[in-house]
Amino acid sequence: MGRYVARRLIYLFVVLFAVSAITFGLMHAVPGGPFDKEKALPAEIIRNLEKRYHLDEPLLNQYLRYVKEVFVPEFSTTKFSSNFEDDALFKFKIGGVYVKWMNFGPSYASRSRTVNDIFRQQLPISIQLGLMALLVAIIIGMPLGIIAALKQNTIFDYISMSVAIFGVSVPVIILGPVLIWIFAVTLKWLPATGWGSKPPYLLGFLPTSMGWNFFKYAIMPPVALGLASSAIIARLTRASLLQVVREDYVRTARAKGLQERLVITRHALKNSLIPVVTILGPMFAALVTGTFVTETVFGIPGMGKYFVISITNRDYPVIMGTILLYAVFLVIANLIVDILYAYLDPRIRYD
Amino acid sequence: MADLLTVQGLETRFRTREGMVHAVNGVSFALREGETLGIVGESGCGKSVSVLSMLRLIPTPPGKVVAGSAIYQGKDLLKMTDEEIRQIRGSQISMVFQDPMTSFNPVLTIGRQVAEPLEIHQGYNRAMAYERAAEMLNMVGIPRAKERLGDYPHQFSGGMRQRVMIAMALICTPQILIADEPTTALDVTIQAQIVELVKRLRDELGMAIIWITHDLGIIAGLADRVNVMYGGYIIEEAPVKELYTNPQHPYTIGLLNSLPRMDETDHRRLASIDGLPPVLLEKPGYCPFAPRCHLAVERCWNENPSLLRVGDQHTTACWVDPGTGRERQ
Repeated sequence: MGRYVARRLIYLFVVLFAVSAITFGLMHAVPGGPFDKEKALPAEIIRNLEKRYHLDEPLLNQYLRYVKEVFVPEFSTTKFSSNFEDDALFKFKIGGVYVKWMNFGPSYASRSRTVNDIFRQQLPISIQLGLMALLVAIIIGMPLGIIAALKQNTIFDYISMSVAIFGVSVPVIILGPVLIWIFAVTLKWLPATGWGSKPPYLLGFLPTSMGWNFFKYAIMPPVALGLASSAIIARLTRASLLQVVREDYVRTARAKGLQERLVITRHALKNSLIPVVTILGPMFAALVTGTFVTETVFGIPGMGKYFVISITNRDYPVIMGTILLYAVFLVIANLIVDILYAYLDPRIRYD
Repeated sequence: MADLLTVQGLETRFRTREGMVHAVNGVSFALREGETLGIVGESGCGKSVSVLSMLRLIPTPPGKVVAGSAIYQGKDLLKMTDEEIRQIRGSQISMVFQDPMTSFNPVLTIGRQVAEPLEIHQGYNRAMAYERAAEMLNMVGIPRAKERLGDYPHQFSGGMRQRVMIAMALICTPQILIADEPTTALDVTIQAQIVELVKRLRDELGMAIIWITHDLGIIAGLADRVNVMYGGYIIEEAPVKELYTNPQHPYTIGLLNSLPRMDETDHRRLASIDGLPPVLLEKPGYCPFAPRCHLAVERCWNENPSLLRVGDQHTTACWVDPGTGRERQ
């Protein structure tokens, strides 16, 4: 298993090189640049800006410079300055040598922030939101799917699947304001906007205190974001369980005289979860990176908006950083899914 | 010997897109203590469905047992509460299924699955049940039984898995073992081993067996009596020797003619029965075999024969005497 994970992590780097090269090529192929404004800047200023950010160099040099900045650690005997060029996601000191690693570069759109700042301050909030939305999706989706399958073609099935259809059909941009109107404006139970965690974060993304002051902000947004996914999980769980209860080994379990409850919990459920676990990986990646609308509706300072506005701004470093991040999430989430597979199904072994 | 199980007029139907399929149409038979009853017939003739109906293992819907009774120890299996039948399944009447590849849960260990009936029916704790499971596996010829309890089904070969399946079925020493084509999915040498194993266990444990198969060769060495089924009906019933030496139904004769014989010297082509078994969308008013029968007379098309006594313990559902080719008197 250890070797398998190591191999997959090496693949991760291959994927990242491919994704970075394609993204880099595409974003430079699109017309327009970061300094094109409605009111055009004087040519002299644009030239200076491009020189400052090395945009006047050949594309290949720019790409190699980017790869070097991100992947290759830099060492120095003197302390790094706080200039954006000397910034990095990881800066530390070992035995008198200063090390910096992973500099994702400045943001062209907001001169005071770097992409590293976005990863340090906004990303943890989006991860928290995405994780909780995934949790909501599982907690609502799986029981709905199980009930629907066990009571197939009864009123329970129809109600569960109606809730699921409702969940997919109502977008966050409707559900969010409705939730705010009910729970914040009318009932005054929860705050309408904001987020309850601040840096520093445990492991880079976990809030340090998880009391009511955190959760009162973290109830409506995960529900709004996760409901559509819960509907997908519900439908998948239902279909999968319906298939499994027709399997021969479920009949064997009944023929052995097991109580119906044991037939389902011991013999059917674990088998039926395998396809559900498959979609959790991409679903998690999509939830963490698809938070734009939710964050806007609930006024959450996450990184969702950077995904969207970086494209229109042609903010090259932010585009590269967010796309690479998405790739990392997707690969790691799928790796975790594959590890879960081996746990769920003993026929799968990676050694 | 006393009757252990008496099935009377069992009828099972399945609702399908084409209409109501009459899978079992009034099957009656008795199983005596310690006896082995063979049920033979082509695929889809209702063999499996009749025994599954008895244990109420038919998926409902689409299937439904619409009539009949199955009396076991004075009680009707078909009218019991779910809880009563559950306590009989696996402890007093247990089943071995056809496909050892799909009949085990792939994600649970063999030990867990074999020991399960003991935990459920006899209140064994996990450790005691595992110990007994190892003994059972040893008895059915699994080498290093104790170590293999922790293995998963995919780590066993097909033949070994069927042995494990038999161990699992017999672990509560049931009175009746129902074997639903247990050798069909195995190759011939393994088939013989499994049959030998079941014979040995029958002698040691003394249970009665219902052995379902489409292989007349296997039944010959194993069963005391044989029921031949066709189109959801039992069409001939006889002690095994009588059936092989003196078959009375054209279908049984056809089945026997389609077997190769060791004592034949001329190289004849194996005979086959023309046509396909019927899918009955309604109960036929004629003999269901008539469309494929070369002996059919007018009466066969007008009246479905019920079982007629043709010998001491021999009955058959046919209007025609195959010896003379004329209607029976």
